[in-house]
Amino acid sequence: MLNLDSANQLKAKFGDLISETVEFRGEVTVKIADAEQIAEVCEFAKTKLGFNYLADISSIDNYGEDPRWTVVYHLRAIGNGSEIRLKTDVNEEKSELPTLLGVWATANWHEREIYDMMGIRFHGHPDLRRILMWEGYPYFPLRKDFPLAGKPTNVPDVAFTKVTPLEGGPFVTLPSSGDAVSREPRVRTPEE
Amino acid sequence: MQTQSEIGYNSKIEGDVVITRIDAALAWFRKNSVWPMPMGLACCGIELMAVGASRFDISRFGSEVMRFSPRQSDCMIVAGTVTYKMAGYVKRIYDQMPEPKWVIAMGACASTGGMYRSYAVLQGVDNIIPVDVYISGCPPRPEAVLDALIKIQNQIGTEPILSKMNVVAQLTGAAKS
Amino acid sequence: MATVQDIEIRDSAARTAAAVEALEDIQGEKMVLNMGPSHPATHGVLRIVLELDGELVTKAEPDVGFLHRGDEKIAENMTYTQFIPYTDRLDYLAPLANNVAYALAVEKLLGIHDKLPPRCQYIRVMCAELARISSHLLGLGAFAMDMGAVTVFLLTFTEREKIYNLCESLTGARFTTSYTRIGGVSRDLPPGWADQCRKFLKEVIVNINESETLLTRNRIWVDRIRDLAVISKQDAIDYGLSGPNLRGSGVEYDLQKNQPYLCYKDLDFDIAVGATGDCYDRYLVRMEEMRQSVRIVHQCLEKIPGGADNKTKEPINVDDGKIVLPSKQKVLSSMEELIHQFMLVTEGVNCPPGETYFGHENPKGELGFYIHSKGGGVPYRMKIRSPSFVNLSIIPKIFPGCMLSDTVAILGSLDFVMGECDR
Repeated sequence: MLNLDSANQLKAKFGDLISETVEFRGEVTVKIADAEQIAEVCEFAKTKLGFNYLADISSIDNYGEDPRWTVVYHLRAIGNGSEIRLKTDVNEEKSELPTLLGVWATANWHEREIYDMMGIRFHGHPDLRRILMWEGYPYFPLRKDFPLAGKPTNVPDVAFTKVTPLEGGPFVTLPSSGDAVSREPRVRTPEE
Repeated sequence: MQTQSEIGYNSKIEGDVVITRIDAALAWFRKNSVWPMPMGLACCGIELMAVGASRFDISRFGSEVMRFSPRQSDCMIVAGTVTYKMAGYVKRIYDQMPEPKWVIAMGACASTGGMYRSYAVLQGVDNIIPVDVYISGCPPRPEAVLDALIKIQNQIGTEPILSKMNVVAQLTGAAKS
Repeated sequence: MATVQDIEIRDSAARTAAAVEALEDIQGEKMVLNMGPSHPATHGVLRIVLELDGELVTKAEPDVGFLHRGDEKIAENMTYTQFIPYTDRLDYLAPLANNVAYALAVEKLLGIHDKLPPRCQYIRVMCAELARISSHLLGLGAFAMDMGAVTVFLLTFTEREKIYNLCESLTGARFTTSYTRIGGVSRDLPPGWADQCRKFLKEVIVNINESETLLTRNRIWVDRIRDLAVISKQDAIDYGLSGPNLRGSGVEYDLQKNQPYLCYKDLDFDIAVGATGDCYDRYLVRMEEMRQSVRIVHQCLEKIPGGADNKTKEPINVDDGKIVLPSKQKVLSSMEELIHQFMLVTEGVNCPPGETYFGHENPKGELGFYIHSKGGGVPYRMKIRSPSFVNLSIIPKIFPGCMLSDTVAILGSLDFVMGECDR
């Protein structure tokens, strides 16, 4: 299988840095043990393995677990059509990763969005500022401990926010890293 | 004489000269040439474009041109979700419109925030500007937009214009003296 | 009476002066122009800060996020079925395509995306291709209108109204359809829909031909957009472009052919690939894609199992009570179906823990859903990989060197939509 071949080649080159491959629904996922080396791994993947297309960078907030952040990269090779997913963990005190701007130019905006939404910084990025929210917005909205209704803020001359009324509205899950059954709102008492 | 009078005449009876109040005439001119300023932000903006296209022609109601310049428009149609980031700009453009001006909040998102109850969406554009007509729907059918325009036209048709202008003159005259 | 809150916006001259000082430029050399969020030609709420040297653009910085509605955070609080209306409003020019993309992504997580009943697959392909025609028509119309050719806008909108009629008879709404469900579609083709569709396909070809006569060999059109904003093959891949923007630059990559899903393997169609990567190529790629979509819909109408009116009662949903809502007669009479209905409505489709990424060939590019699930009916994290967000990132690269009036042409040829870009 094309994807497994690429994963095995990565493991052959980097050894202990790459974890065992996980295969789920036809996709191959590989975990990188040390987030600081992500740039070298991706450089190898682009130049030697032909993964010239970065489809997506996502970030996950494992609230309540350590390390808190997981950053997920979806690589694709346009030539032969193989795909691979790289995951790496960052803990909350550090909250920093090297940028992949030198490898793929598309990483620029993806990393800015991750900084805006989750607060993970990318060192080496020339212009790491907010992209979807405005400059001066004090919170990172996609974190699990940030409520869906938002918090009141005011950046004068730019924008203000208020808390959205949510009583009786869509059910809001508990911030935790458990499965959906434990995060359900029926689990908690009404006065919370 | 009534305060609200429409111009309707039979030229055989009254001849080719119409006698009416200035208020009624001014109101008639104003309401049949409401030029909208489309604030097309999201999906409702596409329905707004459809209202302006050939099937649901908005220009047959007098809204001949969709003026994208606030200085030359009468009615601002806020079509789409207003986020907090955009709110300041919407208010600024509203302020740039000259009097008299009206606002139509088109769709659920502009009226109350719609189905987006989240941290980034302003829950209704009436938090920042005064709205005259709310249209419900997600997106509202173009016929609903035309219905809202007719409601605005009815409202304009009954406005006492000259008497309000006298009040303004009195106030400014009082301020000067 | 609602209270009105006053917001004070400071004088813009002071802010512009501060920005010009920050540029450390000789006062009066370069001008900073704000192509603001409310602009007739920016296809939505996009703000670009241009730095101009006379007519020439030297720097361009797009500012997105004016339509950021918090979809991804909302997705963490909704069941998979409850999130379907939000996917309509992502690329609101082609809502059926978004619905198909999202349903396929969740079905991939469940492991059934290649086990859908064939009738369902054909209906979904028809929906996606009609959405593609609709989106390209509007992209073409808006592009032409911004350049001055207003007739084309009205021509394309007439055809879009016909697509709206088809959507309305199929789904109930003109657009923002919310048509697909996890495991199938919500209802079957209504009677007479196939004839209406065939009639529409004949008329849309006439209309596309007319627009082509007006534009493709038009001296003004070609002069304005030929050799404008050339995106090289390497740049297109490096910047992550997808869809017609990528194919216009000569990269032969189409998810329908390279990673086929639904029943695209059984259909016969070609991929349009451009030669140089300028705006003219992207325009031609979109025109050709519309014709190919018409071809695909014709084939689907011929090949759909059960025929257009489903005489043989082919299923349109996966036959699994844990995924698809059972029929009402069964729910009201049998215990097992009642329990299935209750669990599906209250807790949502129970997905296994794991993560998947599914990329779908949307009219604007590759719309991808990355779903990280920890089990249950609510995703733990859903990331929407939107094509317009990535397509817009190339603006700082291709704007410098163009004239001010070319900016409108480039934005029209990139064909993005802000609902998708900002989510």
